[in-house]
Amino acid sequence: MDFNNLISGLDRHTLDGITRGSIYALVALGYTMVYGVMKLINFAHSEVFMVGTWAVLGTYTVIGATAGDGLGMVIAATVLALLAAMLASAGTALAVERIAYRPLRKKGAPPLIFLITGIGCSMVLVEIFGQVLRVFFGRPFGRVTVNIPSVLETKTVFTIPGIDLAVSNTRILIIVGAIVMMLALDAFVNKSRLGRGVRAVAQDPDTASLMGVNQERVIMLVFVLGGAMAGVAALLYTVQYDITKFDIGFIIGLKAFTAAVLGGIGNLRGALVGGLFLGLVEVYASAVWDSSWTNVYAFVVLVVVLMFRPTGLLGESLGKARA
Amino acid sequence: MSQLTAAYRGLRIGDRWDAAPKPVRWFGLLLVVAFAYYLPYLNILPFAYIRTDLTPSGSDWASVLFLVVVYMIVAVGLNVVIGLAGLLDLGYVGFYALGAYSIALFGSKSSPVVEALQVKFGLSEEWAVPFAACIPIAIVMSLVAGVILGAPTLRLRGDYLAIVTLGFGEIIRITARNLDGVTNGAAGITQVPTPPGPEIDGRQFFNTIDAERWYWLALTILILIIWLARRLEHSRVGRAWLAIREDEDAAAVMGVAGFKFKLWAFAIGATLGGFAGLLFGSKQQYVEPNAFMVQLSFLFVAMVVIGGSGNIAGVLLGAFLLTYLPERFREFVEWRPFAFGVALVAVMILRPQGLVPSRRRAREFEDRRHEAEEAAADV
Amino acid sequence: MSEPTHGSTVEQEEVVLKDTSDHDEIAIETTGPDGSVLLEVDHVTLRFGGVVALNDVNFQIRRGEILGLIGPNGAGKTTCFNAMTGVYTPTEGKIRFKGTEIAGTKPHKINQLGIARTFQNIRLFPEMSAMENVMVGCDARHKTSVPGALFRIYRQRPKEEELPDNGIRRAFAKVFGISRHTLEERAGRRRSMELLRFVGIADRAHELARNLPYGYQRRLEIARALATEPELICLDEPAAGFNPAEKEDLMGLIRRIRDLGHTVLVIEHDMKLVLGVTDRIVVLEFGQKIAEGTPDEVARNPKVIAAYLGEPDDAA
Repeated sequence: MDFNNLISGLDRHTLDGITRGSIYALVALGYTMVYGVMKLINFAHSEVFMVGTWAVLGTYTVIGATAGDGLGMVIAATVLALLAAMLASAGTALAVERIAYRPLRKKGAPPLIFLITGIGCSMVLVEIFGQVLRVFFGRPFGRVTVNIPSVLETKTVFTIPGIDLAVSNTRILIIVGAIVMMLALDAFVNKSRLGRGVRAVAQDPDTASLMGVNQERVIMLVFVLGGAMAGVAALLYTVQYDITKFDIGFIIGLKAFTAAVLGGIGNLRGALVGGLFLGLVEVYASAVWDSSWTNVYAFVVLVVVLMFRPTGLLGESLGKARA
Repeated sequence: MSQLTAAYRGLRIGDRWDAAPKPVRWFGLLLVVAFAYYLPYLNILPFAYIRTDLTPSGSDWASVLFLVVVYMIVAVGLNVVIGLAGLLDLGYVGFYALGAYSIALFGSKSSPVVEALQVKFGLSEEWAVPFAACIPIAIVMSLVAGVILGAPTLRLRGDYLAIVTLGFGEIIRITARNLDGVTNGAAGITQVPTPPGPEIDGRQFFNTIDAERWYWLALTILILIIWLARRLEHSRVGRAWLAIREDEDAAAVMGVAGFKFKLWAFAIGATLGGFAGLLFGSKQQYVEPNAFMVQLSFLFVAMVVIGGSGNIAGVLLGAFLLTYLPERFREFVEWRPFAFGVALVAVMILRPQGLVPSRRRAREFEDRRHEAEEAAADV
Repeated sequence: MSEPTHGSTVEQEEVVLKDTSDHDEIAIETTGPDGSVLLEVDHVTLRFGGVVALNDVNFQIRRGEILGLIGPNGAGKTTCFNAMTGVYTPTEGKIRFKGTEIAGTKPHKINQLGIARTFQNIRLFPEMSAMENVMVGCDARHKTSVPGALFRIYRQRPKEEELPDNGIRRAFAKVFGISRHTLEERAGRRRSMELLRFVGIADRAHELARNLPYGYQRRLEIARALATEPELICLDEPAAGFNPAEKEDLMGLIRRIRDLGHTVLVIEHDMKLVLGVTDRIVVLEFGQKIAEGTPDEVARNPKVIAAYLGEPDDAA
């Protein structure tokens, strides 16, 4: 128990928590959207995120971006990496939907089976980077941690006066990036015609299809959107931590799913609230106690929240943003 | 088309089995059991090719058989939770670990817990809780964990149960890894006791070399457990579980005490998981946290679902395939997880009802497919 | 709020639950249709936020009668029904069954008190056979739990007719008795079959519920509800989707259910069916009771006619 550590570094811990929480929230969006529309936990979503981090590495390698490049190169590399990660993750998500879920939907299989094919897909994706690609191309693929060049070097941009908290450019990118993407997604789902279709299917698939909403297209759309958000998360993650690994997705996915449930699964704003909440809890608790127990804190908080609010902090609904 | 499926159904082993007279069924069952006990000595070509120790690097055949049976116990237990009561438990490895750790913590001379007891009560350094006493400890520990986990979470909706149990499995592993003073942390606990027995050739009856004895022990326990599980399935309790799985609200209105029966299912599953873990830990004589990764939970769920959830024969087959095949093809060890993933997806897409579905499930599944086809035809 | 003596009179009318294993009757026997109050809806008001779903509704169900609860769509029938089966707690007023207040009681406890219901949108256990569905109902009155099923304990000395025919098993049963599990299973199977015959679907007893035709499913729901040996059975639109011939059959079935000693509450749209089968009718409109009486009285009641034919000024 070290409350002094928490209090003395509260500003720093809060910034850490928000950074971590932003990444959880972005990944959580994928779980929550798929769940909202299909009532399905997409177990392969963690690997969708993992593929995104590799896409970032691939982009940097191809255009030869490394640490210490000029500003123009940094911006170009980051933007390209972002696009590549979004594309790769969305593509992966779509492929998972096509291969693992759509055939089962056609056959009307019970929900448990979707879970198993999701787990299967997740293993296949992990092994593609851990084993298959290594056999064909050698390093960097394989079961090791890979460094990603920190193209965007961490620099202190400004210091918040009064509490003397140094805020770096990477933090700003992560937090602002996450919030902008979430706002954009929220606006898309709530304002656009396609978004209306998503909400309609989430509320009542049968009626929606009677009203002419193409359910298959909506499902594709949520996988693509969720995947793209995971791609954004992947870029932000590599900016912060500068690494990737074949099984990096598992623990992030687990946390993101926890965040989605915490906030109220199926609820977009819930994913944001849940992600930030979980990130803060983890960092605070690790500061007070021991960081080797981080995952335990996360799950204990989840159980406690669910006991008092069985549908999560904001309640579960993609259809309407019910508080 | 329907005639074809009807003809196919007529050939099904399950139906033939049901139609056979009772003495024939008993005799058939006896043959299967006898063959199971004989398996470690299987040496007749071409059947011997199923052995896993043909290559120099192959694993010990009897040890593989033992592991298969331990996982069969796990699968039967998890089938109660998933297949019958319809509760998605993704943290089953937690109970398995608890069972293994119970016997290690209390039965091993080198466990910190036993050492503390030795000091506290002035016992000799050779003292540890006897094996026989470790069994009830393991059962009680996993049972209590099942109830503690189940009591608050079983009131939650099904999908939430999945994530909470998943978290539970991780918590158990992290606790085992971090509580150095109690569990020896990542180093694990050695000298886990084995069941008592007469000494033969100067060796303990249950030792690391003669794995077939472990196999026979586990097989005997498995048969007992299957017998008990079938009793439950065909009773008021089994019907209550099915009713809850089908429609929990309607079941409650029909007087089924949903929470009580769900908790029972959870507790029974936990106990069986713990018991399997105890056998595993005792055979290995060594317990460490990394043996209980979350992925093992997925493997357990996959055993139940691939074989055919809700059907004991199905889950036994699932446990066998998913344990045996990786061991048989050990030379491809690097490719095993990949192959496992591909197999999961392929099998489930081709046969979503499982390899040996319960006949109830098979029929239901066909109906759903028809419904889906009809719906597709309407559009 | 109302008759304070009520609770004590109920105590004396305790139902006699018969073990059905050696009898032909399949239902409970009450002390008879003496017209005493079984369920009481006592000035119940139910509000959801600003919406008043039920407004001071007040009526009683008497033992042994068939009561109809009718009203146009949105009149509050289903809300009332849900309050009576414990789904909603009244904002004001009380609902009492045999003098015990129902609000806050868990659904399975309400069933044990002696209320069973069917569902408007059929909710069977689709992957269980018709017989198993009914056996789940029978299980409501049984006691076997995990220890009993696993170890076949609670052995009882069997009666002569309960002994098996096989010599060895007979001797075994004589010495060690028969477990409660076994006795209950046998009783349950027999009773389920009788109930399936009673509602007229015994020919497909071993088919999965989801494979049964619509009419069979409706009747299976009634059999399942009856299996829990309820004093009050509530039928939620039992005739929905039936053709006139099937409705005719259903009316007969409802009467026979009453003749077995059950009290019946029917919620129905179909006026012909309600007028034909019920003893008394309660009419709801916009959450308020607008009429109560015998079918004849209700059929002549101008308020009821107006409610069903539309507002008078609309008609004019």
